[in-house]
Amino acid sequence: MTMNNQGRPSSAGTVAPDDTATISGDRGLDHEEPLIFELGRDGMTGVDLPNAQLADTRLGGMRRKQPIGLPGLSEPEVIRHYVRLSRMNYAIDAGLYPLGSCTMKHNPRLNEKMARLPGFGDLHPLAPQSTVQGALALISELMKWLTALTGMPAVAMSPKAGSHGELCGLLSIRAAIAARGEKRTRILVPQSAHGTNPATAASAGFTIDEVSGTPDGRVDMIELEGKLAPDVAAIMLTNPNTCGLFERDIRHMADATHKAGAYFYCDGANFNAIAGRVRPGDLGVDAMHINLHKTFSTPHGGGGPGAGPVVLSAALAPFAPLPLLLHDANGFRLIEDRDDLPAGAKPFGRLCAFHGQMGMFVRALAYMLSHGRDGVRQASEDAVLSANYILASLKDVMSAPYGEGPCMHEALFDDSFLEGSGVSTLDFAKAMIDEGYHPMTMYFPLVVHGAMLIEPTESESKESLDRFIHVMRALTLEAVAKNTTRFAGAPRFAPRRRLDETAAARKPVLRWKRREAAE
Amino acid sequence: MRYHPLTPEDRLAMIERIGVTSVDALFKDVPLAAVVPLSAFDLPDGQGEMEVERKLSRMAQTNIAAGAAPFFCGAGAYKHHVPAAVDHLIQRSEFLTSYTPYQPEIAQGTLQYMFEFQTQVALLTGMEVANASLYDGSTATAEAVLMAQRITKRPKAVLSGGLHPHYGETVETVAALSGEVLRAPTMPGRAEDIAAMIDDQTACVVVQSPDVFGLIRDLKPIAAAAHAKGALLIAVVTEVISLGLLEAPGFQDADVVVAEGQAIGNGLSFGGPYVGLFATREKFLRQMPGRLTGETVDASGKRGYVLTLSTREQHIRREKATSNICTNSGLCCLAFTIHLSLLGEEGLTRLARLNHAKASALADRLAQIKGVELVTPAFFNEFTLRLSQPAASVVEALARKGILAGVPASRLLPHDPTVRNLLIVAATECTTDEDCDAFATALAEVLA
Repeated sequence: MTMNNQGRPSSAGTVAPDDTATISGDRGLDHEEPLIFELGRDGMTGVDLPNAQLADTRLGGMRRKQPIGLPGLSEPEVIRHYVRLSRMNYAIDAGLYPLGSCTMKHNPRLNEKMARLPGFGDLHPLAPQSTVQGALALISELMKWLTALTGMPAVAMSPKAGSHGELCGLLSIRAAIAARGEKRTRILVPQSAHGTNPATAASAGFTIDEVSGTPDGRVDMIELEGKLAPDVAAIMLTNPNTCGLFERDIRHMADATHKAGAYFYCDGANFNAIAGRVRPGDLGVDAMHINLHKTFSTPHGGGGPGAGPVVLSAALAPFAPLPLLLHDANGFRLIEDRDDLPAGAKPFGRLCAFHGQMGMFVRALAYMLSHGRDGVRQASEDAVLSANYILASLKDVMSAPYGEGPCMHEALFDDSFLEGSGVSTLDFAKAMIDEGYHPMTMYFPLVVHGAMLIEPTESESKESLDRFIHVMRALTLEAVAKNTTRFAGAPRFAPRRRLDETAAARKPVLRWKRREAAE
Repeated sequence: MRYHPLTPEDRLAMIERIGVTSVDALFKDVPLAAVVPLSAFDLPDGQGEMEVERKLSRMAQTNIAAGAAPFFCGAGAYKHHVPAAVDHLIQRSEFLTSYTPYQPEIAQGTLQYMFEFQTQVALLTGMEVANASLYDGSTATAEAVLMAQRITKRPKAVLSGGLHPHYGETVETVAALSGEVLRAPTMPGRAEDIAAMIDDQTACVVVQSPDVFGLIRDLKPIAAAAHAKGALLIAVVTEVISLGLLEAPGFQDADVVVAEGQAIGNGLSFGGPYVGLFATREKFLRQMPGRLTGETVDASGKRGYVLTLSTREQHIRREKATSNICTNSGLCCLAFTIHLSLLGEEGLTRLARLNHAKASALADRLAQIKGVELVTPAFFNEFTLRLSQPAASVVEALARKGILAGVPASRLLPHDPTVRNLLIVAATECTTDEDCDAFATALAEVLA
């Protein structure tokens, strides 16, 4: 072991792997952490509040009769608990997160700061409208960006996530069809669609009819046209699609759909591949949700909150849900009720209380203003370039079903290169964890066997991509050589080894219970 | 562009490896006619951090923040003090910039706090199980109605007149597609006879307590009436701090409890993002919407957590899923969990008592003003006043004096002439004596 001039080791030397159990159960920086309910003590609190006397309650006799059962902890204990939990998480800030179709791009911190300005973060949704003109102006400006980038005339801002946006779009379509005095009950959905598409169509009261794909990973145009009968309300299509490919015939599909009297719903989950370059309005789209947490980088936060504004064509715009935002000589005004509608508006209803995910709106607008139209276009180009770089660098060792390329912002592989190796897609993904990477999306889209969908986004440097490619190639060669040890036992270096999901589902334990109260 | 790490040289090298001549060639599947030049976008070019911050800060400054004025708005969103530790912790990169915990081995942080959240929600509501959150209280209410329709195979939902009107409209939007939604008449300060509306086609009765006018309802007789006809009782809570002082709906025989969790850990944020709580009985577990975290063990025998029962969800079940919902409200649910952990039993109890004491004192004070009558006999931290003038114009007049005086009932129920003079007023631990003085003085002036 060599030392530097301060006597500290400058090289770690080599030691044999050490599986000795520690006394504490912790291992260096890896701390085991109990549940919050297993910590603390009665009577403790991390918030100092006066003990108000309630001589004269007026609770209608409904006062709580027994304790709730919450533990008591001081602030330092709570902070340590959640800091320790955080260290068991992978995050985009810590490493490449190539989760296809989820778009794990960098989350600029300016956006967090802006959302926390008191003038946005500390505003009540029902405060007098004269006192929130700046907030309404911000929403209006975001609407302008969304309509300009998509080439669509209108946008509904209240949907709280992508699937909520799908519901918004389909309910607009339903209302438009009803206004025409027609009854159309069927929605065409490609086999490659996100699961939310058929689930939302069912929620909106439609039946689902699947359309097959072609060998080159696109929607089968002939089958689609064959199915466009008078009972079809809409087609729901993702473009670029979930195989990471642009639907070349999209304009033709839109025309055929409109000719059949149906509407074209586009799942905008992959808008980040084309933003600043292609406007969905020019492609004939009637409705498309925009995942602000994907394309416009509002943080994913461990699975939410999202935001899913829906852009609408002129045909669907009148049916947008309440509230509506108007601007006139007196400033901005929210229309929250049917009695107060501008001419031509026929909203299908209300999707949620209040006006949408304001905190996400601020972040998304900060992203847009920072990027500008040129930066938005550059982001799309870099995302597509990086995905193609990965495809080109891995397709000779891994198997890419549509490897002739180009792909859009994500590169799709299947598991045929693993055939006979004894390594599954899941094993391969878990071995990536040991290498310090979050795995790509697995087993989706369903149209490809053992799918592995890699989305690097525009946030990675070339050095980062090269290192990832190097690791993926080496892992692939190991798997193909049937050196299965590192795969079968993976992950070995994560906070947990593989978890028993079957046991979790068979006898669900969904909450902590006090030991004496447990069975 | 400061967020893009690729250099022009990198791009050239990458294009070469790919074997194309330009980035444009990668877009060859896009019909040429659909590609537009940058000039087609009537939008500005990118700006530095300082310029963006300046522009957005100016927009923010034109608004009156709740903390910048005597503030009394509620009606579904509440101003509470959120300890600094909460916002600090939720901004840790490992929480902020992770995704849905699909790889549990490297997402135990998220999974464990979701498990803690589920436990906290079950304890607060007095229910057996809770999910890992929905978008907000209103969408959680709509999901609860859909669940009741699935369980009972009945079409009809009966909504209390005291249910927040936005919640009622949200329920109508989705539940009327496959069933029928009936709203009981609005009777501010009183409990309607909802039992009379329940029949053998009723899937559920939806009752909010405290209701939108602040009135605390006794759910037990409604539960009994619903159960007698085979219907479920869905209890709605929009001010979750109230559960620190009031009997949990679970102990009043509710079958589903949904709530807006914003009041714990989350700012007002002009209406979102918030966090929807959803709790129910174990027997309805497999009909629940939304994500669930469950306890299990790993290959070495250590306790760990995974997403579970996902066969209910859209990514597995597609059109047969219990709901189309994909996301939960992750970071807001974390803020809720951390704030509630800081409060603990003692802190939450004190906080709830303080809220009630503040509201009680304010109600008494305002009720002495000429032209003001207290409508709500039993309330938690929010009550309704009947004014001698239309409440909306009084609120506007008070806003001009720098006071955010509450929510006029006509903002929520514009059709209903009987509520035109009603003002819904909330007080919380943030309300100071000076705020109350300013409100009382200004209200007396406006009504004089």
